[in-house]
Parts: sequence; structure tokens; C-alpha cells
Amino acid sequence: MQAIVCIKQVPDTTEVKIDPEKGTLIREGVPSIINPFDTYAIEEALRLREKFGGKVTVITMGPPQALSALKEAVAMGADEAILLSDQAFAGADTWATSYTLAAAIRKIGSFDLIFCGRQAIDGDTGQVGPGVATQLQINQLTYVCRISNLDFDQKKIEVERLVEEGKEVVQSSLPCLITVVKDINQPRYPTILGIRRSQKIQIPVWTANDLEVNRDYLGLNGSPTRVVKIETPPPRQGKGQIIQAESIEQQVAILAEKLIAEKIIV
Amino acid sequence: MALLKVDRETCTGCGLCLQVCPFGALTLDNENIIVASEACNGCGACVPECPSGSLSLPEPGKKPEINTKDYSGVWVWVEQCDGKAASISWEMIGQGRRLADTRGADLTACVLGYQTEAIAQEAMAYGADRVMVVDDPTLKIYRTDPYARCLVELVKQYRPEIFLLGASTRGRDLAGAVATYLYTGLTADCTGLEIEEGSNLLLQIRPAFGGNIMATIKCPDYRPQMATVRHHVFEMPQSDKSRQGQVIQGKPVMPEEEIATKVLDLIVEKNEVNIADAKIIVSGGRGVKGPEGFGIIHELADVLGGAVGASRAAVDSGWISYAHQVGQTGRTVRPDLYIACGISGAIQHQAGMRTSKIIVAINKDPEAPIFQIADYGIVGDLFAVVPALTKALKKRLNK
Repeated sequence: MQAIVCIKQVPDTTEVKIDPEKGTLIREGVPSIINPFDTYAIEEALRLREKFGGKVTVITMGPPQALSALKEAVAMGADEAILLSDQAFAGADTWATSYTLAAAIRKIGSFDLIFCGRQAIDGDTGQVGPGVATQLQINQLTYVCRISNLDFDQKKIEVERLVEEGKEVVQSSLPCLITVVKDINQPRYPTILGIRRSQKIQIPVWTANDLEVNRDYLGLNGSPTRVVKIETPPPRQGKGQIIQAESIEQQVAILAEKLIAEKIIV
Repeated sequence: MALLKVDRETCTGCGLCLQVCPFGALTLDNENIIVASEACNGCGACVPECPSGSLSLPEPGKKPEINTKDYSGVWVWVEQCDGKAASISWEMIGQGRRLADTRGADLTACVLGYQTEAIAQEAMAYGADRVMVVDDPTLKIYRTDPYARCLVELVKQYRPEIFLLGASTRGRDLAGAVATYLYTGLTADCTGLEIEEGSNLLLQIRPAFGGNIMATIKCPDYRPQMATVRHHVFEMPQSDKSRQGQVIQGKPVMPEEEIATKVLDLIVEKNEVNIADAKIIVSGGRGVKGPEGFGIIHELADVLGGAVGASRAAVDSGWISYAHQVGQTGRTVRPDLYIACGISGAIQHQAGMRTSKIIVAINKDPEAPIFQIADYGIVGDLFAVVPALTKALKKRLNK
């Protein structure tokens, strides 16, 4: 089995704070991590390799620092890693990112499965997975919570997708692209052996020159969307009434009356 | 890969740009000159602030050969499952109506499915001027390929200016494929849509960085301007059954034998909570302390006839399943009443519940951010307050 996992290095948005006066993000001390959803994608690829044999290749597009995310993936057990890094890729939106990743995947060559996390926690778009699948003209299976059957001879896969109404059981042909949700597995920690390997591994860096791409489609130039304004969201204007009374019984009685007065509880 | 160009000759190191960078991407180097880090994403907020004109972004290269004037009208994709339309689609028909009226254009609903006559009528009742129907057994259940290719052909033929889809699992799955085929811009999970005066472009407003910031995104040179829209952010429009409209029949583009995916089953779990549609939600967070702690949350929810929600902290701790998660990476909810118990109210959680009508916060920490957005708050131990509230409501509601 040849698996390719697309990952993204993101700031840990749970650690991101806003400067209340300036209304800007405070980045100092915010760690860069592998997008948490992508660790589930890596894990699933590793589990399949353990079952079926083969190779797991992890790729990311980003600045040189993103190498550390790839090394972490290698420490988890990925066989190979490739960094796509070039000034020409900068400012890419999801369209241009998908285009670039797809070009890299074509260069890697043969694959049975491509894995992505359901979305990245910084952009929260969930669009790159479908974008890559469409660029490569392969099927996409998004929000997958279980791979229930995999048959490489018949080139068939059966998965469960987490949809609003429950779980949808879908069968598709290989190769295909899968985006995973957290329910699919529990990602492993890097092993000592893996960490040692990740320290030694030479990770190739591919630039636009290494890919068969139309340069008009790369980076900011190739991106249909433009971010035109960034602001902090205005806080919700609640009534802000803290209910105080002598006892908890009195507090909750006041609250109950207020909710009934709001005509919410009947 | 920082996009920002700094003219080192003219930069005076005044630091005004530092104040406005929303991403904290700018610093002064040891020569007191501004440098942009990798965190710079080229948003351009700093460029007009520089008194010496030292900051610039790369000029856009070749523009696409699209005559944007050839595109008009607003389209909404109407999602259906099992012959029933998703409410998110009607919320978007409501928004689409407003945008179409602002543009002086028609609102078109796209209904793909099988035996969809009733849904087409409903779309008109909610405000569509016309309904594009593609009715075929191959489209009975949503699948990416036949849906995406069908919509791509329709867009190519009819050239809408704006195309909205719900940010549901299906909507996001579909929109990503359609926008890629069409080579156009797609903005995910919008919470605000406006038409910009003068340019008439669609301003797509969405949270990013876990809800810490709101970004406004435009798609100036490509069409249609595509966006997925978050559930429960916009109100349902009024249905008017007397509304009439035009129905246009389209054709499917993929025969069954060319479609590589088959939907074998839909497992609807019996106890599956659909918190997205609940009128009352009682949620537990880190303060609930464990799976057993959700017992009192359930009891309060039962008395109120509501559903149980949870913060990411509680779900990640394994105390309750992901289906209950409210927030940026969980469900967005808009109940009449949201009771947050032992939830601090991180911005990511707020992103999923801030449009609730009434928010009640129960938390022992008076400094918890949840109190800042709540309507009513009780500072106290939830293990004492919640059962007391359950008891009081039981008595008051004669249960």
C-alpha cells in the first residue's frame, strides 16, 4: 500500500490570545504543532501500513520551519517526508494550495490512498482535501470515522462517514482521498527509535522548479480569494446579570423565574 | 515566505505597523527596521499605515480571462437527505434573497435529487424566483462526483454571480470539488455575507484562528463567488406557499455505471443527539470533572426537554461523544436557551453558541469569560447549583 498524508503546521490556536487593546493576535510563545486532525490522518496511514505493508509518505507545503512538523510525522513512523517550500507558494488560498499539493503528489507517482485531516484548526476550511482529490481526478471520501473494508486486489474501499444524520456507509474505488475525523483512531506518540530516525532523515525540499506547474496558478497570484480585512469579533452583548442571593436555593429560584419571564420555559 | 516587502532604505522603524498587524507577524530587527515573519499572510493591514510608504505586497500577476459582467444572479444549493430538505438550505435561501434583492437579480435554488417536486415547491415558498431541478435516480442520495459535475455544468451554462452552499458535511464536500473544477474562489463557513458598495462584490465574513479573528474575504476576478455558510447563524425565512416561480429541468451528467461510489447504508443511531436543532441545550465542560458528572447535566436537560452539549475539553477527555460537541470544531447551535455548566467559555466554544437567544452560565470562577457573554450567571459549584436548579424547575413546571 502506498499512502500519502498531507499535513499542515499550524499555530496551536487553543493557545492563541488576543491583545485586548490592539485587537491583534499575540503569537509570542504560541507553539507550532501538526494540525491535530492531521495526526489522525498519519495514524490511520501507519495502521494500514502495519496491516498491509507498503510505504507512508508525508508532505506539507509551508515555510522552512514546517520541516519540524514533517520530522514529527517521521518520529511517529512515517517512512518518507517531502517539504514544498518556495516564495512562489506564499499567500496561497485553498485553491492554489490544492493545486500545488496535487502537483507534488503527481511527482511522487503511484499511490493507493491519500489522507488529510478534516480541516486545519487555523483556517478551518476543510477545502484542501476535496481540492486535491478534484485536481487529481480521484474520488474523495470526507469526514471518515472508520475504514471498514479495504481490498487492494479489487481496488475497493468501504468507509463510514460522519454526517449530520449519523454514519453513512460508502463504498468507493481506489485510489481515493480520505479526510478523517477524530473518531477514527487514537494517534500514537513518537517512539525513541522514531525520534532518532527523524533527527537523521534528510527531507527533500521541493520548489516550484521541481514541479510540473503553471506558475500563474501558484501562491497569491493563483489564488482567487483575497483577505481584505481582519478584525476581532465583537463580544456578544449579553445582559450580564449575575444572580446573587443568600442561598443557592434562592439563586436558582430567581433564575427559574427569569427564564419563565423570558417565555423560554413553558 | 513572508509576502510583505519592506524597503529597508526608507523604513524609519517607527513601529506604527506593529500596532496594526492582526497576526503579530512584524518585528523590528537589530537595525531597527521592520521584518515580517512567516506569520505574515499578506492581508495588507499594515501597508496604508506606513507613513514612509515602505511596505508593499507583490503586485498580482496575470488576471484570469473572465468577464465578470457575464455573470449574474444568486444561486443556492438545496441539500436534501431522504427526500427531505436540510434547514440550513432555507437559511441560505433567506440570505440569498437579501443578496439578490441588493443586486437587483434573481435567486435560483438548485435542487438535485430524485422525486424532488415537493422540495422545489418549498424552495419557491421560502423565496426562490426559480428552481433548477435535476431529478434522476443517480442523484437520489448525495455523492460527490455526480453532484459536483452536474453543478459544474449548470454553472458553466447559466453563469451565476454568487453561489451559496450550506457548510454541512455534504455542503463542504461538494463546494470544495465544484470550486476546484471551476477554478474560482470559495470561502468556508461564512457567518456574514454583504454586498460591498461600489464594487458590488460579495464580502464573505468568517471566523478564523479558532474564532479569535474575523476575516473578510473577497473574490474579485473569478466567478461565481462561492461560499459555504454556517448553520444556525442566519434566521429561517418565512415560508409563503402562495409564492410562484419558474422551474427549469436540468440533466444529470454521469450515468450510474460511471459513478465509482455507492452509498450502502445510513446508520442513524437511536440515541444520536441532534443538538443542532435543539431548542434548549444544557452543556458541560471541564468543570463537570468526568463522565459521571454529566449525570446532573442530563437530569437538567431532561426537565427542560432539552439536549446535552459539551465543550471540546469534555469531549477530548473522553467524557462524552463528539456528537455533543459545541464550538468551532463541533456543532454550531442557536437554541432559545443555552446553559453552560463548568464551561470557561473559550473563544472556540463561543463561536459555536454565541447566537443563542439566552445564555446562562454556571461556573465557580467569577472571572470565567463565559460570564462576559452570558445573560444570566450564577457563580458557584455546579455540583450544587445544577441539581438545585433541576429541583426548582421541576417544582415550577409541576413535573
